[in-house]
Parts: sequence; structure tokens; C-alpha cells
Amino acid sequence: MAGNTEPLSPRAKLAVTAGRAAAAVSRAAGRGSGSVIGGKVALKLDPDLLGALAQHLDVVLVSATNGKTTTTRLIAEALRASGPVVSNALGANMPAGITSALAGGSDAKYGVIEVDEKYLAGVARDVTPKAIALLNLSRDQLDRAAETRMLAEKWREGLAGSKAVIVANCDDPLIVWSASSSQNVVWVAAGQEWKDDAWSCPSCGGVMQRPGDDWFCGECGFRRPTPSWVLSGDHVLDPHGSAWPISLQLPGRANKANAATSAAVAAVFGVPPQVALERMYQVQAVAGRYDVVRFQDRELRLLLAKNPAGWLETFSLIDQPPAPVILSVNARGADGTDTSWLWDVDYPRLAGHPIFVIGDRRLDLAVRLEVAGLDFRVCETLDEAVQLAPPGQIELIANYTAFQDVRRRVGN
Amino acid sequence: MSDNSLRLVWVYPDLLSTYGDQGNVLVVERRARRRGLDVQRVDVRSDQPIPTSGDIYLIGGGEDRPQRLAAERLVRDGGLERAVSNGAIVFSVCAGYQILGNEFVNDMGERQQGLGLLDVVTVRGEGERCVGDVLADIDPQLGLPQLTGFENHQGVTHLGPAAKPFARTRLGRGNGTGDGTEGAYNDTVFGTYMHGPVMARNPLIADLLLKLALDVNALPPIDDRWYDALRAERIAAATQPA
Repeated sequence: MAGNTEPLSPRAKLAVTAGRAAAAVSRAAGRGSGSVIGGKVALKLDPDLLGALAQHLDVVLVSATNGKTTTTRLIAEALRASGPVVSNALGANMPAGITSALAGGSDAKYGVIEVDEKYLAGVARDVTPKAIALLNLSRDQLDRAAETRMLAEKWREGLAGSKAVIVANCDDPLIVWSASSSQNVVWVAAGQEWKDDAWSCPSCGGVMQRPGDDWFCGECGFRRPTPSWVLSGDHVLDPHGSAWPISLQLPGRANKANAATSAAVAAVFGVPPQVALERMYQVQAVAGRYDVVRFQDRELRLLLAKNPAGWLETFSLIDQPPAPVILSVNARGADGTDTSWLWDVDYPRLAGHPIFVIGDRRLDLAVRLEVAGLDFRVCETLDEAVQLAPPGQIELIANYTAFQDVRRRVGN
Repeated sequence: MSDNSLRLVWVYPDLLSTYGDQGNVLVVERRARRRGLDVQRVDVRSDQPIPTSGDIYLIGGGEDRPQRLAAERLVRDGGLERAVSNGAIVFSVCAGYQILGNEFVNDMGERQQGLGLLDVVTVRGEGERCVGDVLADIDPQLGLPQLTGFENHQGVTHLGPAAKPFARTRLGRGNGTGDGTEGAYNDTVFGTYMHGPVMARNPLIADLLLKLALDVNALPPIDDRWYDALRAERIAAATQPA
């Protein structure tokens, strides 16, 4: 399938051109990269364009609640070992953004595509991927998103007939439920710290038993499948039992999990783990995430955490106390406008850190931290928080639009 | 209250703790401890029996299928009804509120029996889901300031003669009946659609439960600076939308 064997139809070509023109207008008007508007225009002219653009590519789709942008980036780096890659690297992950990204990659051999959870089944139908990576599912923006379990159900139905190799995390029961309707699944033991969306068996509703790393339903026998790839500390074990060291510039357990999954995906495309993992080391920061920036003569590490599972993984990677921590939370449209989820975040784990609180919803955070019995300071601005922070690299954890605000302020 | 420690029971966190409502447990526990009370928090999973000797029971919101499972298991268990007849206080939110009623419509679209601890019946709304900030006046008999919260539900809850509306909405949909009512209560059992969580936005509700459980008229004051600031901000935001 790879290579430009079949040229685009005249209609598809016209759609691509019109999309580029719309994107250029949008850029000129100062409205970001224009990739989404360009994709929308193009898809309107040719609704089959996404499929046509993908026809010449070996495609992998990546979806999850957390880690999809980073994993997309890691897989893209790995596959570049074997040919040119086109990818929606900036996280425009709905059909319009995906179309726009693919339209820009006519010479590519591989398409590495991040897909928003809601659109996965549809995009999988349109682009006939060779592989689909499923990382985790947990509560996120419940005021506007579907229920987490319903999402797993939709994935399960949508992926049932897919010919793709599903590379899926066997440590998340909702992912196992989503993937296990497929013919061809490669299970990866990638771990997951957050467990609170899968205490109820997705199959029968029974109470899940979770001794150690294992899990099973006591009533219907739905259980953790045996993985062929395993994340074990700083190594990934491949299906032959060989252990490959994971060496990343990106911090944290969750990124090791993303790398393990990426190695398993790379293998589906014929890239051996050693080559894939060496290339993943190149990735320093992903759309500003994990970047260490200088601001007001201080070093800040920028960490994005959008939901309880994401905050939990982030707490496990920050420096020990007394490293100062700045927390920023907004509740604008893209964040979800309900802040109740803050109460599902395990803030007592920040005990011992000097804590500074900013963002539109700093008062929600203040009450949350007071009830957690933590000491904290509420600040009006990032500048004030940085000035008050005691010495040391500052760990800055923010949710989606709060993160964008911080990036703008520090000029990242 | 038994042996000088307040028994706080968090019902079925495996099924009904999806919308941050465990914050209610954390707030009640914190405010009790700040008054020097000993608190014993008991989390009861849905494969465990509900203890009948608790002082305050809290129940949260959950997704549609877990709600059906929770109602089945609570009805089968019978412990919560016994606790209420022993004089326990129950405060419930959203899916939990619906379960405490006589009947609700479950994820299969079927009418399902609730616990009958509140005289309400919930049907599924035909219109758009109720999502957004809510501002309401709590029944003056309860002596509480304005209610602020966040609703996210499809249910329409009708009150029977033995239930009083917990509040009257100024903004938002509440019970979804169009008559302005929000939530329901009787002597010891409360239900609301408010997340936020509701106790974080309305800490005096937590204090009301403590007073009822301790059978006292007043509690020693504590520092409510951050709660007050949050309340003022949310009430202002609800009344003057940007």
C-alpha cells in the first residue's frame, strides 16, 4: 500500500488545494496554524478525502485519555527509521485536523495519527489502519464527554470488524474490553496507576478483584490477558523475552509505558525494538510538555495534566520536596467547565512541597488543598508565584488552557 | 453517635464516585476534625454489607449502568434502610439521589425500584441534558445560605407529598420539572443534583449534617476564608455570566 502508487482523484486534489488556501487565510488572519479550518474546508468538498489521502500510507492510529500526543510522537520517531512519516504532531486530532496533516505529507510512507477518543471508530473505518494503539481510558471532562464506560463500549463495537493489529494495554480493564472484540491484538503490560474507573466489570458489572498487578472479575471470568510485551522498570521485554533498555529524555513512568507501547507498534511495521527505542531518545518535549524553560531567572518544568489519572502520573514524576510546585487550573470550554474532578485528584501526595496556586479556578484549588490539609499560597499571576517560590527548579502542573496560558507567558 | 467517634460512611465508591462527589466525604470529615471530633470513615464497596451503625451516610453520582447495579445491590442489602430507621443522616447526589427515591429509569430504559427513603420518582428527561452552574435558595427552614453547584444529569425528579424541595433555583434546572425545585429532603434524608462538589461550595451543608448527627444547635466556628472566597466567586460568576 505504501508509496504514491495511485494518484488522488481530481476531486480530492481540488479539496486539498482549497483546504490549503483556507489554512493560509486563517494563518494570515493570525488564527493559529489553520490546520483545522483547512481540513474542514477540504472534507466538505470531498468527504472521502481522509480515506483517499491515507490510501497511500501504512497508518497507525493512537488513542487514549492520556499520553496520545506523546505516544504519537514516539511512534513517529521510531518509524522514521524505515521511511518518511506524516503525523498530526501538534495534537489536532479530530477528522479535520487529521485530514489537514495527511494532505501535507504526499511523500510519506507512514501515517502516524493521534485520534480523539470520540472519533476513533469512524477514523478507523475511513483510513483502514495497519495498527491501532490503545493506551488507557479514564474519566475526563464529564460535563461534555460521553461516559467513560460508554466510550469503551463504542470502541469495542467500532473495532470489532477491523483488520488492524490492535496494540493494547492489558493493565487497563476498559482497554481490554475495548480491544478484545478484535481478531488480532498484541497485549502490552504498560501499567496504569489510576484504577478508579474500572472497579466494575465492563462485561458483567461484577466487582473487580485487583491483587497486585493482576485483575479479574470474580463473577464472569473476564480477566487480564497474558501480555506479549511487558514494561518492567526501565526495560521493555519483547515477545522473545529479550529486555531492551528504555532511555528517554521525557520523564516519568507513564512515558516509559508510552515507549513500551511504541516499541510494540514499531515491531508491527518491521522496526526492531532496539532501533525504535534509540530513536525515541531524541524526543525532548512534546508541544511544550515536559519542557524546562527559563523565566525570571528561574527554571520551570512545564507539565500538562488534564484529569485525575493524568495528575496521578504527574505527581509520580516530579522532584521530591522541597521542590516548589505551581498548580494552575482553568475551566474554560476546552478544559470542561465543571471543576468537581479536582476532588478525585490525590493532592495529599504533594505534602512537603511549597505549593503555589494560580489559574482562573485557583479558589476551587484552594478549598481542595485546605481540605487536604496542605500549606499553600494563592497567587494572582504566574509571575507572582515564581517570585514567591523558594529556590530550586519549579515543577509547574497545569490543565489544558492553563498550560497554554503559561506557555504564552514564558514565551515557550 | 457511638463511642465518641463520628462514623462517616461512603457508600459504593466503586460504582458511585465518578463526578468528584467524594469531595463531600473529605469536607465533612475535615470540618468534623477541625471541631476536635474523632472521625471514623468507612468506605463500603458494593460487594460488602452496608454497616447499620453509621452516623452520616454519603452517596455520590455515577454513570447509568453503575447506578442500576448500585440500586440492585442496595435494595438487596437493606442496610441503608435499617441505618435510617436507627436515626442515621443520609446525603445523596445525582444518581445517588435518584436511587434513594421510590423509582427511577435505568440504563436499559426500564423503571427500577429505589430504596424509598425519599418520596420522589425520577423519569428520563426528553429535552437536553441539564449541564451547568446552578444558583438556588435553600428551604428557609434549614437556615442555610444560597446554594451554588454544578449540575450534569438527564433525570427529571418529581416530589411526592412526603418530600420537601431542598431548594428553589434562581439559575439552572435542578429537578428538571420546570417548577424551580432542586433536590428533596425529609427529616434525615437529603438529595440534590449538585456537584461541585456541593459541600466544597456550600460547607454549611456539611455543618448541618454534623449538627443533626451530633444533635446540637451550633458548632464552634472555623476558618472559612477559602470557602467564602470560592462561594462569592461562583455566585458572582453565575449571576453575571461573562
